[in-house]
Amino acid sequence: MNAALRRIGSPLGRSSLLRHLLIALVAAGLLLLLTEHLGEYRNSQVATVAYEFCAIAGLTVLTGLSGQISLGNGAFMFVGAYTVALLLEHHPHTDNSELVLVMLAAIGVAAVIGGLVGVAAARLRGPYLAGVTLALALGLPELPKYQHLEGPLGGHTGLVVNAPLAPHDINFSRWQAWICCLAAVLTWLLLQNLISSRVGRAFRAVRDDEVAASLSGMSVARIQVLAFVVSAASAGLAGGLLALIFGQVGPDSFGLQISLFLLAAAVFGGLGSLAGAAYGAVLITFLPNWAMDVANAVSLPAKVSNNLQIFLYGLVLVVAMLVFPLGLQGLFRRWWFGARARLGARNALAR
Amino acid sequence: MAKTPLRLLAIGAVVALAVTACSSGSSGGSGGSSPGPSGSASTANTASAPGITATTVTIGSHQPLTGIAAPGYDEIAPASNAYFKWVNAHGGINGRTIIYKYLDDAYDPTKTVADVHKLVEQDHVFAIFNGLGTPTHEAVVPFLNQQKVPDLFVASGCLCWNNVSQDPETFGWQPDYTREGKILGQYVAQHFKGKKIGIFAQGDDFGRNGVKGLDMEIPKSQIVTTQYYDPTNTTVTPLVQKLQSSGAQVVVSFSVPAFTALLQLTSLQLKFAPQLVVSNVGSDPKTLSGLLTTFSKGAAPGKQLVQGIITDGYLSSPADPSNSWIKLFEKIHNKYIPKLPFDGNVEYGMAAAYTFAEALKAAGQNPTRASIVSAVENTKFSGPGLVPFAYSPTDHSGYTGAQMGIIKGLAIHLFGQPLTTDDGSGPITPYTTPQATAPSNGIPSD
Amino acid sequence: MTVINLIIYGIANGLIYSAVALALVLIWRSTRIVNFAQGGMLMFTTFIAWELVARHHQNYWLGLVVAIVAGLALGAVVERILVRPVENGPPLNPVIVTLGILLMLEAGAGMIWGNGLSSYPAEFSVDYYHAGHQVILFSAELLFVVIAVGMVAIGLAILLRATPVGLRMRASAFSPEVARMLGVRVGRLLTFGWALAAGVGALAGVLIAGTQPNYINPNGFDGLLILGFTAAVIGGLDSAVGAIVGGIVVGVTLSLLDNYVSNDVDSFFVLLLLIAVLMTRPNGLFARTSTRRI
Repeated sequence: MNAALRRIGSPLGRSSLLRHLLIALVAAGLLLLLTEHLGEYRNSQVATVAYEFCAIAGLTVLTGLSGQISLGNGAFMFVGAYTVALLLEHHPHTDNSELVLVMLAAIGVAAVIGGLVGVAAARLRGPYLAGVTLALALGLPELPKYQHLEGPLGGHTGLVVNAPLAPHDINFSRWQAWICCLAAVLTWLLLQNLISSRVGRAFRAVRDDEVAASLSGMSVARIQVLAFVVSAASAGLAGGLLALIFGQVGPDSFGLQISLFLLAAAVFGGLGSLAGAAYGAVLITFLPNWAMDVANAVSLPAKVSNNLQIFLYGLVLVVAMLVFPLGLQGLFRRWWFGARARLGARNALAR
Repeated sequence: MAKTPLRLLAIGAVVALAVTACSSGSSGGSGGSSPGPSGSASTANTASAPGITATTVTIGSHQPLTGIAAPGYDEIAPASNAYFKWVNAHGGINGRTIIYKYLDDAYDPTKTVADVHKLVEQDHVFAIFNGLGTPTHEAVVPFLNQQKVPDLFVASGCLCWNNVSQDPETFGWQPDYTREGKILGQYVAQHFKGKKIGIFAQGDDFGRNGVKGLDMEIPKSQIVTTQYYDPTNTTVTPLVQKLQSSGAQVVVSFSVPAFTALLQLTSLQLKFAPQLVVSNVGSDPKTLSGLLTTFSKGAAPGKQLVQGIITDGYLSSPADPSNSWIKLFEKIHNKYIPKLPFDGNVEYGMAAAYTFAEALKAAGQNPTRASIVSAVENTKFSGPGLVPFAYSPTDHSGYTGAQMGIIKGLAIHLFGQPLTTDDGSGPITPYTTPQATAPSNGIPSD
Repeated sequence: MTVINLIIYGIANGLIYSAVALALVLIWRSTRIVNFAQGGMLMFTTFIAWELVARHHQNYWLGLVVAIVAGLALGAVVERILVRPVENGPPLNPVIVTLGILLMLEAGAGMIWGNGLSSYPAEFSVDYYHAGHQVILFSAELLFVVIAVGMVAIGLAILLRATPVGLRMRASAFSPEVARMLGVRVGRLLTFGWALAAGVGALAGVLIAGTQPNYINPNGFDGLLILGFTAAVIGGLDSAVGAIVGGIVVGVTLSLLDNYVSNDVDSFFVLLLLIAVLMTRPNGLFARTSTRRI
């Protein structure tokens, strides 16, 4: 198949940007087709998978590619969500074209805060970094509860999000799915290009051997901060989309478990892999329903069924690290390349 | 290069997965059940709306069956369901049985949204009934109104359910917190003249709406401090200390049962013993004493701690065995939910279910979503309440008041007269029409 | 509300954070891993004790002993089965494993005991002392906390510095290969370290459950982990004495901020405190050795 591609489009073969663009267009087309045929409930699930993909993709790049762990991406989603909610609250007549600006604001604010955290954490490694990001996950979403900020930030109750209506009577769920899918495809495009670029190679160099990277002239701290910013921006985008879909944001919706679930999803899919982020997004969206169906089928009591999905996320984290550290994508790769190797060997033997 | 086909495969796999996942579920648009035979005779039942068939009505709800709000509140939906089972066993409403699907949201608004979407878009319920909680239900009001799904009898006293122009599908049921605050406040102003009053309230719409009512009735000069607590933070020591150091002799509390208990225990620790006046929301004696009992080895048992708490009620006391409604509800309780305590929460669930049954009956032989909304707005319900509802085409708030009471033993004993008011600056007036008697078979008659 | 009162209250609460910090320091010193499941582990053992004491009306002391024993067992099992395979690999992996264990423990506790609020009976009076009319924010229960944590800290310090076992533990952590060559059963010591840490954590859990009119619930101990972590970082992840001091610093700081600024944003204050410490004194106040290898 690769030979065929090479023959068809050598320009495609050489330029990764063009290749990625093509894939993005194909994906966008497939998603459009999908949403046209789905009902409201499924479309809102598609939208959920899409925005979760944005958050998980950023995290998987940060952790898998640059080797830094962040347990605080839930906090960046919180930042993005509240930015969108506040902007729409103060500009209630935003229309859909201006929504792009609102989303960019969410990304921007999250990126700035991500940069600050990255700088503060630049000298930290391993467990120290994990601890600080854990504190971030717990501490940042508490801000709206501070009594002097309760007015502007909505206090415990949170803020209502005045999302603009869908244009031309398009079904609202379908419209939301389109917005989220567009964001997801763009995120994929940007991140995939980043991974294949010099910056991506710098991330990997710093992850693999900091001293060597620093000796070869790279500014390790700057690269690490950049990775943090990218991850925070993606999470901010995801949070902004979440605000649009849920129509409401509150300080208690962005607790520690959100950050841990994102990590579990990234690990499940395969750290460092955007395809893995997609698998993780599917997991995070459908696991609650699957767990609920299992619980109902076996008639489990409410106490058990409510905690089942949390237990499964924990199990995923532990089992993945012990047995499948490269995640689902790692398994697929092994199978794929194993198959090709056997095929190649057979061809070689046949001659 | 080598990665490209793999990536395309990955994308294709995800899309294929999604397509197969959705083909196994229902993917229809809004339509519900197929229409039955068009009724030529006026007595034929038809499938007149989503969630309605010739023989059933399906309604949904979101409830905190687990989580921090569960103690006590997790009894409400089973109690409503018990009442519906009773109705079904006695012929249903207009020949239809009521199917009640209530999902657990653990008091988490994100779960509430998921639950309600599932109920409306997948299960195609006729209406949402008695959705519980202020922050939780607020998350789904825009969706329900946009989808024109009747949002009946929300289980919360927030004033936000009465917003007819923006949310015409949404109706409250219990007295809103400001009305309650006014009634409690008037009692405090009349009976604790000259005393220093401290206020302890939940830091969200529940507490703030209540405080608004209190402020309307208690003279400013008497209120020495108002302390708001965060329902996710169980350390209230600094707040109670401020109540104590301000010299409060009476503390009025708009708190959920867990925090009423915390207030009491912390006060015990500090040797602070004000008179407590507690909102109906947080004063159920059985729930409270259960929460207080196992705490401190030297302190008095829970039952003793709740004696003398002043509160309010808008339904008859569960400890009044001569009351026709209590007799009915106790019968239903013993038959369908004997393991649950017979307390204020169970009475609440059954009373709300009774109101729904009344509304369903008034909605006509073949109800539609519009007809049930209109029925609630225009019918004078005669259920177990001590005071009337405010329902009208311009007002969607529920019970218009309450009666004062005091905890004796493990029950609230009401005294004085039922009082009604509005949630603005209107007066508080006694309501003299006696409570309706329960129908003999327990089902609303025409 | 006098400052003295706030400080007394802060010290008493802070010592509980010290106990959690001690558990974290123990594990760090023996395996160079931060046990993010610590909060979950001590929550689980506290609930086991609660089951005995509140539901079956057993003695408080029995509950405490059972909690500690359960902690020892839990720590040993977790290390041997779940953490051992990832101990020597990339430092990220144990972090992920312990986080997974945290989720499983929280969910497990929720499945067994529900997610509601439960109150844990205190053994000593929780009523605050009074000096005349002035309340002192200290009670018999809090005095018990101070004594208990103090004893544990002294015990651990003696263990680590003055006993052969302690020496072997420190050697195994610093240089496992050399220790093995000298005949030290490294694996067993690692398990022992985790077991001990979990036992200390279990003590902390029971203590905090009983100190105030407070409710325990499976998700309510996340904050405690961060408080313990911050205390450990302030003191220096290597130092048991540092853990004590760190806990007191955190406790007093929070007590003052709660009263003068706001009671609602504790986690945010802890975040600021942690960042401040890590930016100015990343090795903590009492670190003896450099804690990171490049």
